[in-house]
Amino acid sequence: MSNAVVRKTLISLAIASAATLAQADVVIGVAGPHTGAYAAFGEQLWKGAEKAAADINAAGGVNGEMIKLVKADDACEPKQAVSVANRLVDSDGALAVVGHFCSSSSIPASKIYEEAGVIMVTPASTNPTLTDQGLPNVFRVCGRDDQQGDVAASYIVDKLKAKRVAVIHDKDTYGKGLADAMKSTLNSYGVKEVMYEGLTRGEKDFNALITKIRSVDADVVYFGGLHSEAGPLVRQLREQGSKAIFISGDGIVSDEFVSVAGSPKYVDGVLMTFGAPPTSYPSGKKVIQEFRDGGYEPEGYTLYSYTAMQVAVAALANNNLDPIKGAKWLKTHSVDTVMGKKDFDDKGDLTVSDYVMYEWDAQGKYHVVE
Amino acid sequence: MDIVLQQLVNGLTLGSVYGLIAIGYTMVYGIIGMINFAHGDVYMVSAYITAIALALLTFFGIESFPIILVGTLFLTVAVTGAYGWVIERIAYRPLRSSSRLSVLISAIGMSLILQNYVQLSQGANQQGVPTLLTGALRFHVGDGFVQITYMKLLILFISILGMGVLTYVIQKTKLGRMCRATQQDRKMASILGIDTDKVISTVFVIGAVMAALAGVLVTLDYGAFDFYVGFIIGIKAFTAAVLGGIGSLPGAMLGGLILGLSEALFAGLISSDYKDVFSFSLLVLILIIRPSGLLGKPEVEKV
Repeated sequence: MSNAVVRKTLISLAIASAATLAQADVVIGVAGPHTGAYAAFGEQLWKGAEKAAADINAAGGVNGEMIKLVKADDACEPKQAVSVANRLVDSDGALAVVGHFCSSSSIPASKIYEEAGVIMVTPASTNPTLTDQGLPNVFRVCGRDDQQGDVAASYIVDKLKAKRVAVIHDKDTYGKGLADAMKSTLNSYGVKEVMYEGLTRGEKDFNALITKIRSVDADVVYFGGLHSEAGPLVRQLREQGSKAIFISGDGIVSDEFVSVAGSPKYVDGVLMTFGAPPTSYPSGKKVIQEFRDGGYEPEGYTLYSYTAMQVAVAALANNNLDPIKGAKWLKTHSVDTVMGKKDFDDKGDLTVSDYVMYEWDAQGKYHVVE
Repeated sequence: MDIVLQQLVNGLTLGSVYGLIAIGYTMVYGIIGMINFAHGDVYMVSAYITAIALALLTFFGIESFPIILVGTLFLTVAVTGAYGWVIERIAYRPLRSSSRLSVLISAIGMSLILQNYVQLSQGANQQGVPTLLTGALRFHVGDGFVQITYMKLLILFISILGMGVLTYVIQKTKLGRMCRATQQDRKMASILGIDTDKVISTVFVIGAVMAALAGVLVTLDYGAFDFYVGFIIGIKAFTAAVLGGIGSLPGAMLGGLILGLSEALFAGLISSDYKDVFSFSLLVLILIIRPSGLLGKPEVEKV
């Protein structure tokens, strides 16, 4: 009898303390590959989110509450993504999550956030399935791979006038999704790919595959995947003497692409699709300047992550920190961010996509193709 | 035709790298009957040491490629060899008299320690080294051409040299005789005055040195690596060792070549998606026909 009373008191105490903890701060998770081969992207996500949280806290926080960030490392592995997502919603009490990075992590994690009623805003996961699942709580501040694939395919057909296109992917959700999206648009233009194959993530020797690319005499190689494989791939392609134009997507937007390829001369002329320069929006000038003053160049997804944080905070701030209401609110209201005004459709995708083609030069930098 | 020849060249270089790493697995298994799961990570460590050695040599203003190559090889082989010795000393020797299973678990632990230690000390990012040796030999065959880069030639040359020297050491020298004696019957060898602990240490160092050769060559050739790079190549090399008959030195080399060639030919002529499926099916098939691998000796139950 007395035992039961003690237990009940303990439980109510625990609940009360958990509640006070949750009230003290607005906990927001930053989920992505903070370690592992794709840690460069995790760092971009963290830098952006950290800066956004610091700026928002300095301006008085979310309805007077301070944002507390929790780093969640998924290493771009679906299994680990699920376990860190559970940790974020259960023990950290996150109200919103900025992340994840890899689509293969975001998709399984999104269901956990949905069950827990937590807003998820991904700065980078572009696989269409993520929002096509129809979950009410999932948003992205980047484009979709089908849009990205469209841009690449029309560029290949209209600008490059290529007839012999080899399509390579890394067999992962993002890479294969992107390659498939590109391929289907390409086919709809009446161009049939001369080769469609996958490589193994983590390997470094692609010579056999490249000899095959040479044998089908491809003049364009389209790669769906990340820079850690794209680097060795483009290097070995050049070493085998192929002059084929190499095109990839937003998975290679990192300076590491150059170091992994071994030398800027190998990335010279590589094309990639990515959102319109995130640093080009007038509303982001101040933040970008502050990043640069701090000695950090906000490359790749840094500003996307900042934007995702602003979106999540706007949803919470306008709905008394209720993430479920916040998610509904986002679908009918626009949010002012460092990357301009963002509107979301019913699925949680942006209403406007802004993919453009970039080119890497012999100095190892990328710029928009005119 | 040119394509098939080119794939043979690709497979041969890949296979010789597998072979170099497989030697470490096979010799350790031969001598103490354990699978050294940390071996792939020793290879990974050697990739980092290669990059550090390169940075050091360039820092001292050395620019000629042969000196850089020899210097890097020397430094990497020495430091990686030391790793091999230390790993055996702290993770395996204390467990010498316990069951095979404890040593196996200790090896898995060592593998995790190495990965995490490198990740924490060197960062989780992809690392790259600049290209040092460019250019290639080209042969015209029919309409097309077959090419082999100078770097690939170097890989072939150094692997063959390394394997040749090792075979000589094991077959002809006193050290080799001690290794073979310890492999055949450790207790008897120690009764006859062979310091078996020292022999086992030496075998670990030899394995690490071979992995270091592969590490230097592959790092200079592909230029990219991270703390996880030992995993896939370690699994492949282990497969090569089993394919050739684990415990057999020529088996490891043969297994490496067969694996490399079958991967390249399958990826190049049929489909790169399923090349690993094909290699592992080949392994299963060979193990069904010859359970102890191509050149392995069937284990005789000692009574």
